[in-house]
Amino acid sequence: MTMLEGRTGSWEVVIGLEVHAQVISNAKLFSGASTAFGAEPNSQVSIVDAAMPGMLPVVNERCLEQAVRTGLALGAKINLHSVFARKNYFYPDLPQGYQISQFEEPIVGEGEVLVDMEDGVTKTVGIERLHLEQDAGKSLHDQSPAKSFIDLNRSGVSLMEIVSKPDMRSAEEASAYVSKLRSILRYIGSCDGNMQEGSLRCDANVSVRKPGDELGTRCEIKNVNSLRFLRQAIEYEAARQVEIIEDGGTINQETRLYDSGKGETRSMRSKEEAHDYRYFPDPDLLPITLTPEFVETQRAALPELPDEKKNRFIADYGLSIYDAGVLVAERDTADFFESVANGRDAKIVANWVISELFGRLNKAGKDINDSPVSAHSLGGLIDLIADDTISGSIAKKVFDDMFETGKEAAIIVKEQGLEQVTDTGAIEGIIDQVIADNPDKVAEYRGGKDKLFGFFVGQTMRASQGKANPGMVNDLLRKKLDG
Amino acid sequence: MSSELTGLTLATARDGLAKGDFTSVELTQAHVAAVEAVRPLNAYITETPEKALEMAAESDKRIAAGKAGAMEGLPIAIKDLFCTKGVLTTAGSHILDGFHPTYESTVTANLFGAGAVMLGKVNLDEFAMGSANMTSYYGAVENPWKRKDDKKTKLVPGGSSGGSAAAVAARAALAATGTDTGGSIRQPASFTGIVGLKPTYGRCSRWGTVAFASSLDQAGPMTRSVRDAAIMLGAMAGFDPKDSTSMDKPVPNFEAALDGGVKGMRIGIPREYRMDGMPAEIEKLWQQGIGWLKGAGATIVDIDLPHTKYALAAYYIVAPAEASSNLARYDGVRYGLRVPGQTLQEMYENTRAEGFGREVKRRVLIGTYVLSAGYYDAYYLKAQKVRSRIAGDFRDAFDHVDAILAPTAPNAAFGQGENMDDPIAMYLNDVFTVPASLAGLPAISVPAGLSAEGLPLGLQIIGRPFDEETVLRAARSLEDAADFDTKPDFIAGR
Amino acid sequence: MSLDKATVARIAHLARIHVPEQDLEPLAGELSTILDWVEQLAEVDTDGVAPMTSVVEMTARWRKDEVTDGDCAEDVLANAPEAEMGFYTVPKVME
Repeated sequence: MTMLEGRTGSWEVVIGLEVHAQVISNAKLFSGASTAFGAEPNSQVSIVDAAMPGMLPVVNERCLEQAVRTGLALGAKINLHSVFARKNYFYPDLPQGYQISQFEEPIVGEGEVLVDMEDGVTKTVGIERLHLEQDAGKSLHDQSPAKSFIDLNRSGVSLMEIVSKPDMRSAEEASAYVSKLRSILRYIGSCDGNMQEGSLRCDANVSVRKPGDELGTRCEIKNVNSLRFLRQAIEYEAARQVEIIEDGGTINQETRLYDSGKGETRSMRSKEEAHDYRYFPDPDLLPITLTPEFVETQRAALPELPDEKKNRFIADYGLSIYDAGVLVAERDTADFFESVANGRDAKIVANWVISELFGRLNKAGKDINDSPVSAHSLGGLIDLIADDTISGSIAKKVFDDMFETGKEAAIIVKEQGLEQVTDTGAIEGIIDQVIADNPDKVAEYRGGKDKLFGFFVGQTMRASQGKANPGMVNDLLRKKLDG
Repeated sequence: MSSELTGLTLATARDGLAKGDFTSVELTQAHVAAVEAVRPLNAYITETPEKALEMAAESDKRIAAGKAGAMEGLPIAIKDLFCTKGVLTTAGSHILDGFHPTYESTVTANLFGAGAVMLGKVNLDEFAMGSANMTSYYGAVENPWKRKDDKKTKLVPGGSSGGSAAAVAARAALAATGTDTGGSIRQPASFTGIVGLKPTYGRCSRWGTVAFASSLDQAGPMTRSVRDAAIMLGAMAGFDPKDSTSMDKPVPNFEAALDGGVKGMRIGIPREYRMDGMPAEIEKLWQQGIGWLKGAGATIVDIDLPHTKYALAAYYIVAPAEASSNLARYDGVRYGLRVPGQTLQEMYENTRAEGFGREVKRRVLIGTYVLSAGYYDAYYLKAQKVRSRIAGDFRDAFDHVDAILAPTAPNAAFGQGENMDDPIAMYLNDVFTVPASLAGLPAISVPAGLSAEGLPLGLQIIGRPFDEETVLRAARSLEDAADFDTKPDFIAGR
Repeated sequence: MSLDKATVARIAHLARIHVPEQDLEPLAGELSTILDWVEQLAEVDTDGVAPMTSVVEMTARWRKDEVTDGDCAEDVLANAPEAEMGFYTVPKVME
């Protein structure tokens, strides 16, 4: 267990997360306005979203489906009866004066997420609940010295709030949990997981305690929008709390904001005034009733989930746990791998995808979907290695070329004449020349300096411009030098 | 001629238009003049004579083309709680200053689609909160009726649909829309000697009607005959996919359901409605009603509605709670009044302090309190459970009876300014109307007689959910027997 | 009296209604009268009774996930007390 060392001993950090994930749907949760990102101000707003007098909400079935699909993917209990409630507070980007959310009866109950840590340990993080709610609009404070500008385009977009249990004990665990959750959401297509655009945001509840003690007073860090900031914010906050307690102080339960510029959390005094949300069931909406058949239909339509896929990759392809985990993190990557691995040596394919393709994509800042080398093309390259047309080292060069030009491996090999030399006579000729050029080294080798064998292999390969078949070079060299 | 036209019912005017006795433009002109003539009553907030005449001209064309709708060419008043496209909509509140909706409420759209002509928007208690039409920012509405021995005292028309009631009673509209949350259609109908029908919750769409208490609000017709109520309800009602609480049920032909009488019908008389201190004349009227229905062949059955006593208290928790949330949108940001402030919070607090009247503020504060942390269970949740009890009482009763007969209100119209110091005394006006509202049941008030002071009194028929047909049929029978034809003191054109 | 001045001030703030200091006391009285009157509900036995959540015996109807609305910024802003460049504007909010 990760502990935080203070002056008075070890401290345990306790973290629970509330993740707000924007549901992928065409229209908003309770209105027919579009959810598309980045339109002109107030252009994706219906008079329902603007809370004009007499306007009423009607629930979007896709949002219910998405919540249920997500609940099923989290192995959670689906509540066949759930209720939308009003959360009342005033804010200019909250047009109704209340947010329609779910309070006492959420659509999804308890579930869990398995999180693989780097040290190979799998951690189980409990899910407390998942509920649907409306997003608020956007307030812009820096457009004018005296005014805030209000854009309601986001107002009413459907969010899922996924609340974890306080099961995480380090910033790394919290970050790995969000990362895994994001992977699951993206797999099933219920949220695009884009933290930069705000489609996935999280609030972290952090407290510290001496091991075995009761839970400490927690602070809530609001609206963290990247995994790095999440780790930094938790680490800063935990250290801050330990310092206060060790100095004899107490922690105030409060809402704090992470300032990524300064790398610190600070109290949001404006939010400190006592909130009293006065939740009550929204009388404009009837209770949501799901049938068991509906839930089963959603379950049947779920794709293979990351954990299932990982286990299958390990079992069917013989991949290592690590490689399987890396490949399944994104569904597109897993699909890419499987498409290449089909009919080929899966371990070799995994190696190419993880070490070569990911490396280059990362460097180029590209996504697997924008990869210049298609699954089909990478397969072609690996086939050329398998049938001894090219050597592994030539293949890496060919791959670089493919990544640059998008050409097929076979064409590059042909154009540049990179086919492997497997003609015994030709290789022997090169070897003879190498031996003739290095009489001293030959003498040393034959005098017992075995290590020099590698030198001859290198010289031979270089003389063949890397095209000689390495196995044949080995065999023929031994014959000539030892023979 | 013109007072003859304004004295018609929807049914007789419809027949006259069909026969070509007069045109809709003539009918509307007569009503436009009547609207002007009743200005002293302060029934209308906004008069729309040009729009009315335009609509009437269109109606005449449709009538000529044989394409008349159910309300074709009939001039009516619209309670100023219904949003009307391009026409000032106030809810009787300062806070909606200058609000011109860009949309039409479903109910008014349905009515206009059926050919109805809009004379204007009529006054109401602010946000429909009141039982005397004394709380409107646009001033009190005066009842066209006067006491027999006191022609000076101005009386209230009841509320909240007081403008609707006064306009219809004074012949300044053939009919009007009303909304009923705890009695706001039935009580003013009783106070002004007209018919007021609150349909089953879910029968008329709430979309585009300014919300007071979402689980109770229901639009309905206010007319001068039961037949008219049937005609108009048919045009207002209908499933609306934009309202999640709207019932997907076909709208029956209510007018056709009027005939048949109450022979064989079982009419329940709830013991618990005989309350302490109920005026003798109300009791007498009720007995009279029982006699009429019995005489027409109905079987009278005593029933129990044991939780009646608690209905009013439950109502005055549930309705303010919902209202406190429904009225949060009036914040000076997107429409209506904005009173400036140094900060956003000041702007909110100033706008809402100045924009809302005293009764609205009182209810918003009560509603805020009963929903607040620590009190929710004791007040709101308890009230909703009591409400379940009340609905259960009715369900049990309807196992034995087809409809229930009760008084509409515990008294006749009172003077302006009376009952104003004691909110609870005012709330008691709703004692007979609130139970059906809490249970979502259809209920109608029919003028049945006069008080000792010479003021109209109504009797109420309550029915099973979505059984407006039985309610209308029983009401028609009462109307027949009562033969109420006394006119108010103040009638347009007289 | 069930409500004191401080409570009235608190709920008035929650409801964002400015109540002048001198009005708090009388308002506390008025509201208390109403609250004392509704206390009678405590007499009703509601053990095992579910609260009424909807008048009509039905469950929510669902809408298809189709874009059928929006693209009406003019309507949305038509009644705004203050708007600039397509936004509503309010006194600056201090974060």
